Amino acid sequence: MAKNKAVNTEEVTPDGSRAINKFRVSDALIMIVLALLCLTCVLPFIYLAAKSISSNNAVLAKQVYLIPKDVTFDAYVSLFKDGSMVRAMGYSVLVTAIFTALGMIACTCAAYPLSKKRLKGKKAFTFLLMVPMYFTAGLIPSYLLFKDMKLLDTMWVLIWPLIYSPYNMLIMKTYLQSTIPDSLEESAFLDGASNIQILWRIVLPLSKPIIATLSLFYAVGRWNAYADNQYYIRSDNLKMVQYKLYQMVASATEAQTTTLSEAAAVTSTPEVLQAASIMFVTIPIIIIYPFLQKYFVKGAMVGAVKG
Amino acid sequence: MAKSKTSEPAVKVKTTWKNAFKRDWQLYLLLLIPLALVFLFSYAAYPGLRMVFMNYKPAKGYAGSEWVGLDIFRKIFKDADFLRALRNSLVFNFLDLIVGTPIPILLALLLNELRYPKFKKVSQTILYLPHFLSWAIIGSVAYQLFKPSSGLINILIMNMGGESVPFITEKWHWAVTYLLVGVWQTMGWGTIMYLAGITSISGELYEAAMIDGAGRWKRMWHITLPGIKPTIITLLIINLGRVMNSNYERLAVFGNSQVRDFQYQLAIYIYEKGLGNLQFSMATAVGLFQSVIGVILVLLADKFAKMLGEEGLL
Repeated sequence: MAKNKAVNTEEVTPDGSRAINKFRVSDALIMIVLALLCLTCVLPFIYLAAKSISSNNAVLAKQVYLIPKDVTFDAYVSLFKDGSMVRAMGYSVLVTAIFTALGMIACTCAAYPLSKKRLKGKKAFTFLLMVPMYFTAGLIPSYLLFKDMKLLDTMWVLIWPLIYSPYNMLIMKTYLQSTIPDSLEESAFLDGASNIQILWRIVLPLSKPIIATLSLFYAVGRWNAYADNQYYIRSDNLKMVQYKLYQMVASATEAQTTTLSEAAAVTSTPEVLQAASIMFVTIPIIIIYPFLQKYFVKGAMVGAVKG
Repeated sequence: MAKSKTSEPAVKVKTTWKNAFKRDWQLYLLLLIPLALVFLFSYAAYPGLRMVFMNYKPAKGYAGSEWVGLDIFRKIFKDADFLRALRNSLVFNFLDLIVGTPIPILLALLLNELRYPKFKKVSQTILYLPHFLSWAIIGSVAYQLFKPSSGLINILIMNMGGESVPFITEKWHWAVTYLLVGVWQTMGWGTIMYLAGITSISGELYEAAMIDGAGRWKRMWHITLPGIKPTIITLLIINLGRVMNSNYERLAVFGNSQVRDFQYQLAIYIYEKGLGNLQFSMATAVGLFQSVIGVILVLLADKFAKMLGEEGLL
């Protein structure tokens, strides 16, 4: 209940003193601290953006700070020519889309029945579906299991094991229990609607906000995770873009080399190319993020209240 | 059917399984999907844990490997690598907790005191951003900023006549960088719970305090902070329950051979011993040890939260 109130955190100023007080030193102090913290989130990316479109010579001479020097898009051109990052990006989009769609189906199929107080055996089912959140068999037994299932080194090893998420199920269950009035479903029941018809025609249309939020949780989770790529995938063309980027940093840290092909490395230095690769992977997130942020905040609030 | 439905709230009659299935068979059908998924991909891996009592050889499989009782556990508790990984995991997770807890609270207090909604909204949006970036991105950005001679920070330091600082290539500097980047990633998103807690504090308290002449900082200290105490305690307990966890992606992306002394933590141990050296039994035993302690900590945290009168965590 409290969470509905809490969703609108933005507008509330509990000290209610807006009209009485003038701008004070403390206001300035607070704004300066916050502005500085914001800068730590923004400046690194401006630096990388500037670096990625500067000439090799300017970068090697360490003349690039926040403004690009001798602007050139060569690094991006070679990134696209090399193609491996671009292909990995497309592949990541595909995996993320399939993952999110299947994930939402699994989540709804678990959350809707378990949101019903009358469901017999509810406690046992909830227990079975929650245990994996707290206790997992760990890397090696999972690895051997996926090997037996012939999942290793396929796209599906990145999808099947994670599409049922106990955490997301809890959020959806809590939402269904607290926002869909029982009376609504009861009257549909009296009209002869079946459980699945009620879910499809009444519950899901009323749950659009939580469906949006959880789809985003699924999508961002899949998009950003890459350890499983390292554990279970060998083939280069089955690796997601985040893992490609990780491989590039990892090899650069150790040996100052990149994993891109030589053809790409000749036209621009690894330095500029690295910056361009990081920007290439980051830009899509930065573009869509401001539009989606509010859904995340809502989801985090619902998730905070356990069902 | 309709009759049993309407009479339910009034009279609590135990439904038999037969009636339950008759009424809700579609719901059970839906449940089959997630149940199948957890059985196939989570529970089916549990029997594999028996290898902690075996000297598992990948070539021989479960059937061909010999049973060795508790030998594996004896071995790992004498293994210097394991002890180092355990020490590092505990130390760094506690440090994460100590550094990472107060900063979001402070930030939430500051955001709450901000009287310009637009400024507040923009800064919140910006501060939440790092939460949505992968460790590959954060790690590579950090590398660009902190690497020894050509990282931005070191370029600036050297321009001002200073000497290059080994932020990521010397273990003590690395420890600070690792922790600060962790704080940076979570500080903005971490404020959400506290901000939600602050909105539930009654406005009357603030009015009364203002009439009594309490200034802004006094109100922050005596009203806002005590008001979010339950949130602080709950989150602290949840995080204490996670103190055995270690994030492979975060550790791996900050790894290099010079800082292995500190960077070598349980997640790295399990990956390298297991998939790297094919010491399957040892890696699994360490994973099991980590999970069991983790479950115990979560259960304790839940008990503790309930003892303090908070809503349980489970």
